[in-house]
Amino acid sequence: MTSSPDPQIANMEGTEALPRKNGELTFEALWEGRVFGMAVALNDQGAYPWREFRDQLVAEIKAADVSGTPTSYYERFLASFEKLVLAKGLLTAADLDARTAEYASGARDDEDDHDHDH
Amino acid sequence: MSMSGGHHPEQESFAALRTKALESLLVEKGLLASDAIDTLVQAYEQDIGPRNGAKVVARAWVDPAYRQRLLENGTAAIAELGFVSGQGSEFVVVQNTPTIHNLIVCTLCSCYPSGLLGLPPKWYKDFAYRSRAVIEPRQVLRELGLDLDDTAEIQVWDSTAELRYMVIPERPIGTEGMTEEDLAQLVTRDAMIGVANATAPAIV
Repeated sequence: MTSSPDPQIANMEGTEALPRKNGELTFEALWEGRVFGMAVALNDQGAYPWREFRDQLVAEIKAADVSGTPTSYYERFLASFEKLVLAKGLLTAADLDARTAEYASGARDDEDDHDHDH
Repeated sequence: MSMSGGHHPEQESFAALRTKALESLLVEKGLLASDAIDTLVQAYEQDIGPRNGAKVVARAWVDPAYRQRLLENGTAAIAELGFVSGQGSEFVVVQNTPTIHNLIVCTLCSCYPSGLLGLPPKWYKDFAYRSRAVIEPRQVLRELGLDLDDTAEIQVWDSTAELRYMVIPERPIGTEGMTEEDLAQLVTRDAMIGVANATAPAIV
C-alpha cells in the first residue's frame, strides 16, 4: 500500500477539482486515466511539486473558459501536463510531435510500445 | 494543437494519441514505468470514493454478528475490517428499517465520515441542506429523489468534530444469493448519507 492517494491531489476543489461520480473518480476514456496517472507519478517522483501542476491546470481551465474553447476537463488536464513536461525539459516538443504523428499514421501502435518497454 | 485533425486509421482522438506519445516517450527515457501508472490509477480509483463504507455495509448485511458489533461500537467494528474511521472522532453507525429512515447532516459545518465515504458531495456542505435537513427532512429527501412512505419516521443525525455517523441502508430485495463483494456495489455514497436507498440489483 505504498500508493495511497495524496490528499492535495484527491481533494482539489474549485474549477480544477477532479471529476467524480458517487464520490469516485471518473475517467470517460482510457487516455484520461493514463494522463492522470502520469501527472501523479511524475509528482510522486519529485519532477515538480503538485502546486505547480495545479497552477498550470487552473490557468489552462481559465484560458479555455475565457476563449470559449469547449474542451473537456481532461483535455485541459492533458494540455497542462504537456506544457509542464516541456517546461521542465523532460521532453522536447519536436519529439512529442514526431511521436504523436507516428501513432496518428499507424507507423507505431500499442504493440510496439510493449516490445520496447523494458 | 498542430497535430489535430490528422487522418489516422483507428479514428483515435488527438488527446488519446497525444497521451500515448507522452507515455511512450516518458517510459523510454526512464522517467516513468507503465506499471507504476497502472498501480497509481487503480489506487486513486479505488481508495478515493465511498468503497470502504460500502464494504462495511455489505459485511453488515451478510453477517448479523458483525452488524450488531457495528451498531454497538462503530469505531471498533470498522477497525476490525482494517479501515480507519478517521479524524479521532467517535463513529456511530445507524441502520434503516422499514419504519425508520436515518439521515446525516452537519448543521454547523461539513463534518463527514471521510475515512469511509471519501469526499462529501457539494450539496452536503450547502447551507440549504444543512439548515433544511433538520427542519423539513421529508421534503429535502423528496427533492433529492427519495420519496419516503408517510409512515416512515425520519431520524436526523447532526455530525460534529467528535461524532460522525454513517447509515446502513436496507438491503434491497432480490439480493439473497449475492456475494458480499457484489452487494458492496449496490451501496452508494448517497445511501450511506441517507438521501437514497441502496441500488436495486440488476435483473439477470
